[in-house]
Amino acid sequence: MSDIILETKGLTKHYGGVHALEGADFQLKRGEHVAIMGDNGAGKSTFVRQITGVEQRTRGDVIFDGEHVSFAGPLDAREAGIETVFQTLALADDLNVPDNLFLGREKTKFDWLGPFRLLDYKAMREDTMAGLVKTGVKIPNIKNTIANMSGGQRQCVAIARTATFASKLTIMDEPTAALGVQETAQVENIIRTLKSQGESLILVSHNMRQVFDLVDRIIVFRRGRIVANLNKEDTDGNDVVSYITGAKTGAEYEGAA
Amino acid sequence: MSDASEGTGGLTYDKSKRSWPNELNVFGALILIIIIFEILGAVFMQQSLLFDTRDRFDSIFNEARLRIIIIQVAIIGIIALGVTQVIITAGIDLSSGSVVGATAMIAMSFAQVAEVNGAMNPKAIFGPSFLDLPVVIPVLVGLAVGTLAGFINGALVAYARIPPFIATLGMMLFARGVAQWWSLGNPVSFPTEGYAKIGAGMMPVIIFLSLAVLFHFIMNYTVYGKHTYAIGSNEAAARMSGINVPRHLMLVYMIAGGLAGLAAVILTSKNLTAQSGMGLSYELEAIAMAVIGGVSLFGGRGSIIGTVIGALIIGVITSGFTFLRLGAFYQEMVLGMIIVGAVALDQWQQQRAAARA
Repeated sequence: MSDIILETKGLTKHYGGVHALEGADFQLKRGEHVAIMGDNGAGKSTFVRQITGVEQRTRGDVIFDGEHVSFAGPLDAREAGIETVFQTLALADDLNVPDNLFLGREKTKFDWLGPFRLLDYKAMREDTMAGLVKTGVKIPNIKNTIANMSGGQRQCVAIARTATFASKLTIMDEPTAALGVQETAQVENIIRTLKSQGESLILVSHNMRQVFDLVDRIIVFRRGRIVANLNKEDTDGNDVVSYITGAKTGAEYEGAA
Repeated sequence: MSDASEGTGGLTYDKSKRSWPNELNVFGALILIIIIFEILGAVFMQQSLLFDTRDRFDSIFNEARLRIIIIQVAIIGIIALGVTQVIITAGIDLSSGSVVGATAMIAMSFAQVAEVNGAMNPKAIFGPSFLDLPVVIPVLVGLAVGTLAGFINGALVAYARIPPFIATLGMMLFARGVAQWWSLGNPVSFPTEGYAKIGAGMMPVIIFLSLAVLFHFIMNYTVYGKHTYAIGSNEAAARMSGINVPRHLMLVYMIAGGLAGLAAVILTSKNLTAQSGMGLSYELEAIAMAVIGGVSLFGGRGSIIGTVIGALIIGVITSGFTFLRLGAFYQEMVLGMIIVGAVALDQWQQQRAAARA
């Protein structure tokens, strides 16, 4: 098994005449946490959307877990082992925590009953508890519906999904953008827990402190291109900002933007 | 550093902490309405609505009236069980009343006897080979016609992406047209003895309550139920989670149609005749039962138990107004206010919940 979990080669996305993403070469090692930074419209979310199959790329290759992949949609990606925590949460407000975690992949009994097969509530509850313990998520009562939870708790539930299903790669697109200070700290703790468990992670974030706190490596996007690939130890906030704003461009990316 | 690093302290599964079920509120409303009628009855009629106040000690309740209350809501209640599921998906079914009309005509045509008073059945729709059929055939025909109407509703909503209000409004007009065209407006009468037994006596009540128990179970303990709530709660999330939303919606509308078909079979059996105007405005009463029972028109919330209690509330109000010798128009005014009140309460509760979160 290769030690690279995800690789993209020349990943490109054009929306008509707009070149949102141009020739992105990217590698992620197993267990590595990488941040993607860049200004608004730099191509960060576009990059993520091509990997997770939310959109279809114009050209380029995506190699996941040693295989060339082309996901028809986010479901395919999830089945292959990529869990994505979207900016807008994909949770059903009127369902409780285990129901949401297992939505679309319920544990069931009497499967011959087809759509009327019985839900195995006990097994799902136990797995949910295990998943929450693993991520260190605190939720007062998992039988509460999502509608009764705070934004931070909702985000935690969304993230706990990844831990419950032992995914190979987790992608978080601005997971704390809408959260308060304490809730942000809670989510960051979960990310640390994932790191200690060897989960690979791509974190899209605008928050410099958070990025330096949590990840091993920083990729900077500018105007649809990757302009820097920086190890956390070799850089600092000012340096990253110069890449983001265009004052500097990584040596290996000269002429890219 | 936040307290979140301290592990999983608050993580619990605690049955006692479950929030107050909405059904209890609806049940409270039922009790309140009964008390109001009891007081009005004591003041104006010197009688009790539900309790036996005559000099007989063999019963506490006025059983005859209880029976009437539940019989008069049982048939529309069966429709409401299906409508409840449709509304939980954030849809609506306006066609059920007309589907009852069309199904009544078609199913009854397969339930006719060959001879009436020694002569050929004067109302026979088909030739002799379609008379005196075993009872199972008209029942299956009724279920099939209702399910087919639901299938078309479901396809229009799920695949053609027509809003449920419009799709089922179209079916409402279409099915009423079919009911009138079927025998060119003539009633279809003289069912076989076996067919007449389906809706006789307390049968509608027994069927209604059995189906209510069945669908309560299905909605709470099966994948079908969970996905129905999920779609109504957040359709995008349901789709992202891998639920085949269109296929599921088809199934929900087909079940609703099938239940309307069954209601038509029971109704024609009870009345021993089918007329093209049957089921008029049943769809609205069924929706009213669900809404009074706490089913949210925004989808995602509500239950079969709630709808059954909602049906009982309508039954008590209908009987109560007759008991107080008040005209039917007052009853409709009050029902109208209760429906709007139920939706207003639902809105208010949602806003309060949103403010808390």
